[in-house]
Amino acid sequence: MSTDRRGFFKNIAAAATLTAIPTAALAREKHKAPADAVGLLYDATKCIGCKACVVKCKEVNNLPADTDGYGGGLYDAPNSLNGTTKNVIQLYKNAGEESFVKKQCMHCIDPACVGACMLGALQKSKFGVVAYDPDKCVGCRYCQAVCPFNVPQFQWTKIAPRIVKCELCKDRLAEGEEPGCTEVCPRKAVIFGSYADLLDEAHKRLRENPGKYVPKVYGEHELGGTQVLYLSHIEFEKLGFRFSQQRSVPDLQQTVSHGIYKGFAGPVALYALLGAVMFRNRKKNPEEEKES
Amino acid sequence: MTASRTIAEQLQRAGVSRRNFITFCGKIMVAAPVGLALTNKLSPQAMAATIGKAKRPSVIWLEMQDCTGCTETLLRTSQPDLGTLILNIISLDYHETVMAAAGNDAEAALNDAMKANDGKYVLIVEGSIPTKDAGVYLTIGGKKGSEKLQEVADHAAAVIAIGSCASWGGVPSSTINPTGAVGVDSIIKNKPVVNIPGCPPNPYVLLGTVLEYATTGKVPKLDSLGRPLFAYDRTIHDHCPRRAHFDAGEFAAQFGDEAHSKGWCLYKLGCKGPVTHAPCSTRHFNEVVDCWPIGIGAPCAGCTEKDVAFTVPLFTTVDIKRPVPPDFYPEVTPEHRPVSPVATGVAGLVGGALVGAGFIASKKLNEGTSDEKPKE
Amino acid sequence: METKAQPLGGPLFTRGYYVLLGLAVVGIALILWRFAVGLGAATGLSDGYPLGLWIALDVVTGTALACGGYAVAFVVYIFNKGQYHPLVRPAVLTSALGYTIGGASVIIDIGRPWNVWKVPIQFWHWNLNSSLLEVALCIMAYVVVLWIELSPALLENAKKPILVKIRNFLNKALIWIIALGMLLPTMHQSSLGSLMMLAGPKLHPLWLTGWLPLLFLMTCLAMGYSIVVFESVFSATAFHRKPETPMLINLQKVAVWLGLAFVVVRFIDLTANGNIRYATKLDLFGTMFWIETVLWILPLLMMLANPHPNLGSLFRQAIVIAFAGALYRFDTYLVAFQPGPGWHYFPTVPEMFISIGLISLELAGYVAIVKRFPILGGLGEKA
Repeated sequence: MSTDRRGFFKNIAAAATLTAIPTAALAREKHKAPADAVGLLYDATKCIGCKACVVKCKEVNNLPADTDGYGGGLYDAPNSLNGTTKNVIQLYKNAGEESFVKKQCMHCIDPACVGACMLGALQKSKFGVVAYDPDKCVGCRYCQAVCPFNVPQFQWTKIAPRIVKCELCKDRLAEGEEPGCTEVCPRKAVIFGSYADLLDEAHKRLRENPGKYVPKVYGEHELGGTQVLYLSHIEFEKLGFRFSQQRSVPDLQQTVSHGIYKGFAGPVALYALLGAVMFRNRKKNPEEEKES
Repeated sequence: MTASRTIAEQLQRAGVSRRNFITFCGKIMVAAPVGLALTNKLSPQAMAATIGKAKRPSVIWLEMQDCTGCTETLLRTSQPDLGTLILNIISLDYHETVMAAAGNDAEAALNDAMKANDGKYVLIVEGSIPTKDAGVYLTIGGKKGSEKLQEVADHAAAVIAIGSCASWGGVPSSTINPTGAVGVDSIIKNKPVVNIPGCPPNPYVLLGTVLEYATTGKVPKLDSLGRPLFAYDRTIHDHCPRRAHFDAGEFAAQFGDEAHSKGWCLYKLGCKGPVTHAPCSTRHFNEVVDCWPIGIGAPCAGCTEKDVAFTVPLFTTVDIKRPVPPDFYPEVTPEHRPVSPVATGVAGLVGGALVGAGFIASKKLNEGTSDEKPKE
Repeated sequence: METKAQPLGGPLFTRGYYVLLGLAVVGIALILWRFAVGLGAATGLSDGYPLGLWIALDVVTGTALACGGYAVAFVVYIFNKGQYHPLVRPAVLTSALGYTIGGASVIIDIGRPWNVWKVPIQFWHWNLNSSLLEVALCIMAYVVVLWIELSPALLENAKKPILVKIRNFLNKALIWIIALGMLLPTMHQSSLGSLMMLAGPKLHPLWLTGWLPLLFLMTCLAMGYSIVVFESVFSATAFHRKPETPMLINLQKVAVWLGLAFVVVRFIDLTANGNIRYATKLDLFGTMFWIETVLWILPLLMMLANPHPNLGSLFRQAIVIAFAGALYRFDTYLVAFQPGPGWHYFPTVPEMFISIGLISLELAGYVAIVKRFPILGGLGEKA
């Protein structure tokens, strides 16, 4: 009996030393937007729900119409982002309050999807855009699980499915053009620009229009900051933005994991320890050497 | 003159076929499907009977600073010959463009009509009234337009301002408004004025209004700008046949481009539909289907609305102040793939089987028997 | 009384075996169908619930249940309890099969399996922040290690000179392989916990914690010991051998105390960060939390009530712990994971039968190998 308890405590002690480190871990450095960061500023008070941005996005990205949705097979009517829709307009309507809301990738400054992806198919690339490379993708869908905005979509019906999400028209950006959605918006409800400029503009609108907006630029601080910013006259939670924590999603997991592993030092040390103990034990019991 | 005859009598005398009259009633019903007691009937025949019993209303039609377009729109109908019908359903006792008399005879005709139907005639006014420089810019028979208008209105039973000019000043009133043009209700303050704006307006709206008055003695319900609600309660945008394209984000970007040829929404070409209250989208002109601006691919110019028509440039897009979403928008948290009840049932069965097997196995172990080979 | 391990012998194609094979064939047919029609048609997965039954059951729970080899290795090779040695081979066999099936489930689950070779090979693309990369690499390596660990048993009766050479080499190098066989599960079983840490605010506060790696590690060890007990009792009964009851009682005790430690660590953590308040609400989450807690404490009560358990009691305790561990993992991956309103997940019938088929394949493999190779019977006479 006693050996079991001792053994048990040894076991726990070993595991505990490995994992005691999270509490003492140095906080991971907070990520900042890159110097050339671009973004979008979407002002829900200006949006008229015309969906020109939805149409243009499909055109620019060669995406097929979404007739599965509630368009009854006749209309391209996606009801949310999906494998054929990188940008969608939804409507919040309740008790006299109404607002349209545009949904697409938020191009987070410290993205969960980038932290998750095994081979880096999702990366923060030029201008801070979160880009996708299908060649590195095994279709594990871990990125979908971790994204707090449920942005990455999967092509469930395809034999060679990819992840589908807004990439801020990165090819057009490379040519010096603006993204499709901002180009066609007839009321300039969504605009493109440098992240710094857009943040300034957003604050300017808050200052100059007291009482018109919820006094917050969503995306400035939330989840470590996003390069797509939102202004609204209705609480962001009602528009489907569930989370307002300031800590980025990867911060906890990476702090803990790096604290435990310390690069390869942790595993190597453990392996050495295990090997050493077994070696010593083998010396103690030579007759059992052959058995396995 | 012959205003004492009922309309039915007059129609009979004039030899207007009953079929033509029923057709005409049907047209009025289409023009005013709701909002008029007159058209709130089970059939055109019933409506015809109601109209038939009424006395022909005496109508005096004054033209102020006008282009005669509103008269033209009334006369521009042909199936049936509305000109004939009109002259037999209403007693058009004075109309400078249509009547045969001129000069002193015309003056006399007006005075006679006013005397004979004192307090009973309907005054229809076309054109705006200049007010600048003491109103010298319109003189009729030596009298200032505004004076003449007031004179005739004082003895009228009802005043109808036909067209945008009479309703709020129209074309002459835009930008610098050199003549100080105003609508009828800026001059006539002692009587309610029904405004039927449009440039030109739909003739059946006018006729519906007049006949409602003739048959019920009351003018139709009006909005805050004096416009009959049955025709002006909705914006073009709310009733537009191209609305589906707007909702789907399909816009023509240039005249003649592919989207334009496909009949897509004209919002980006400056269509004022979203801010224009008018009946045009569902009642077209010249009795030809799709004979209205948007129908032929020209963006609505907002001709019924003051501050829009002749003021906002034709190709400037308008703000949509109260976007009224149709039902065709997904909600912020739409429902996705539901759970299959069959699968849930199967899972329950499998789970139950495993639990049962575990139970039996552990019981057997308790008993210590090991003869049976339990199924794995 | 120690006898050498021996092949069980006896006919392979019994009635029970046919049932297993039948289910396995159905599963394989469905797997081919899944590749033909795509994941959308074959499963209940969606963009809100991208990870489903195959991950939660086959991979996460399945590999935890396949931690018998790992758990027993600690007892035999680290704590030097040589008398438990006969339990090693069957445990390693279960582990090898379990991890192989887990790996197969991953290949079936991912959408672009033709790229999966890049994961171990293209190290220049490795995202070292990714817990899933760590899990994938470790599991790939561990499957290899397990079969290498098992190969002395498979090669024991081999006569061919080349095979004999390999066997001799393996026997010498084995401690380094076994050490790897303890390092790797420590890494990836805890990383299976870190994996869900990245779900962040989508994971309910009763499950989201920086201690997830430790909690997953503790529960996996408890499950490993329990599975060894379960498997020993089962094989002994099914194949008419006397089980090694005193050793099993000890192993089960470790499992039970690990379970208690798990509950204690969890409660301390939840109290320290204040999230224990969510346990006072008996909504879905509060209820599942308490069910988990009760299931982990129940074997302790069973053990205290019956300090000399018979086989049946041991069996039940083991099952409860295995189930408790499975429930904790299902909760972490599927129940506590909240993508937002409007999303629902339940596996489809084909999805379930693919899992059932794979598990049946694993069991069939186990039966075939123990009958043909010297895995079982290290201790105890025929019953």
